[in-house]
Amino acid sequence: MADTLLSIRHLTKSFSVGREKNIVLSNINFNIEKGRFISIIGPSGCGKSTLLRIMGGLDTSYDGSVLFCGEKVTGPGRKRGFIFQDHRLLPWLTVAENIAFSLPKMAPNLKQIIKDNLDAVGLSDAANLYPGQLSGGMAQRVAVARALANKPQLLLLDEPFGALDAMTKLKLQDEMLRLWQLEHITMVIVTHDIDEAVYLGQQVVVLDSHPGCVRHIYDIEQSVPRDRTSPEFHYQRDQIYKEFFRVAEKPFSYAI
Amino acid sequence: MKAAVVTENTDSTAWGKGICRLILRFFIYWSMPLTLLLVWQGLSAFGVLHDYTMPSPGKVLQSSLELAADGTLFEHILASVARVLEGFGIAALLALVLGIAAGLFHRFELWTDFVFQLLKPIPPIAWIPLAILWFGIEETSKIYIIAIGAFFPIFVNTLHGIKNIDPKYLELARVYEVPRDEIIRKIIIPGALPFLMTGLRLGLASAWICVVAAEMIAATRGVGYMLMDARSLSRPDIVILGMLLIGIVGKIMDDAVRKLEKRLIRWN
Repeated sequence: MADTLLSIRHLTKSFSVGREKNIVLSNINFNIEKGRFISIIGPSGCGKSTLLRIMGGLDTSYDGSVLFCGEKVTGPGRKRGFIFQDHRLLPWLTVAENIAFSLPKMAPNLKQIIKDNLDAVGLSDAANLYPGQLSGGMAQRVAVARALANKPQLLLLDEPFGALDAMTKLKLQDEMLRLWQLEHITMVIVTHDIDEAVYLGQQVVVLDSHPGCVRHIYDIEQSVPRDRTSPEFHYQRDQIYKEFFRVAEKPFSYAI
Repeated sequence: MKAAVVTENTDSTAWGKGICRLILRFFIYWSMPLTLLLVWQGLSAFGVLHDYTMPSPGKVLQSSLELAADGTLFEHILASVARVLEGFGIAALLALVLGIAAGLFHRFELWTDFVFQLLKPIPPIAWIPLAILWFGIEETSKIYIIAIGAFFPIFVNTLHGIKNIDPKYLELARVYEVPRDEIIRKIIIPGALPFLMTGLRLGLASAWICVVAAEMIAATRGVGYMLMDARSLSRPDIVILGMLLIGIVGKIMDDAVRKLEKRLIRWN
């Protein structure tokens, strides 16, 4: 086995509603190796976001073990960056101040770090704007810059482009790939968009729902550079489509 | 060429429309007070209103000029404003500190909750008898009443503002291991600021109401005293002048806080 960054063993998560115990995730097992790009996909309510939050340490009440660099995850931290569906920029701080807010105050070259990371997402000119002055795509780019500025080993993306329009979404996917290749950060993206999962991920983890468990893990053969129109892309995408709709158990799967 | 001309045309008409809208706004805004003034003057002129109950606007203006000339008018206003600022300042300081503390520390909120809930519905005016017994009719009793009146709006809004902060931001702070003092300065205070400013505005309005009430009962200076003194001298013109002054000064103070609010909350 190659260098394992994050390992999940027998992860089960449940919560109680009144007397009823609701199992969200059941016996999840997989490893994430250093430098990989992993997509997690599943029908809504399968607990994929919960799984990501557990990886990030935002949710720590579960059974089983989640080890990051061999150590138990007990809470969130800078080493594991998290990009939320909403950009989550503080509206009263400028773009630069928002990034500074996330950095350790002792960092000696704060200004340079902010500048470099804004350059990396192509927003060098936006440093002094307020989030209210940015478009949705720009705001999400700032969120990416903020995460990268902290030099995470693992970047967790929770449906990061879900709220964006289709064109911006495609653009930001390419941007994410570029940054992944440039910075060598391990990335895990949770999405409900199969195209996005196949386009970005080297592996696609398909989750089943009720209770959430791993249905199948696909290794994706990526063409370099990636090509949304290549036959390989479509073949793999169609495979997951079929799997996905079997999971969803919807009769309209015939229509595809 | 033609296109350029068209653009210029639409530009100038847009500009003209803007001016028209401004004039209309101005007219609508001032037509109501002007109408009331005219009706009032008219009723006085036709003898419907009598000078000894409801003097004409002209008479009120004349008295106000007289009072302004010998300086008593400003003395009264100054006395009231000074009291308000003092009482409001004390209340704002206490309410902000306690409100933030209650917002941050759940146990502190629990500890203070019953007493504050019990004291809150008591109108500040109901404190006047006790305040006079405790502090006499000097300044202290008035400032005490003003402070009581201003405290609760500020406290309640500050607490509400802090509790209303989006927990998503606190989650973000956890991801980036932001220290607690930084969370307070960069998330909690600015996040609660709109509520806090609303609290200050309501508190100031309440303080102004309280000063007049307190002065009407026991004082030798101030706008409230001026009102009561004029009543005992049967000078309705001065009574009306006093009432208008209370309204005008109250509006000026409210405008000032609103301006401050706009400056502080730039990001919206």
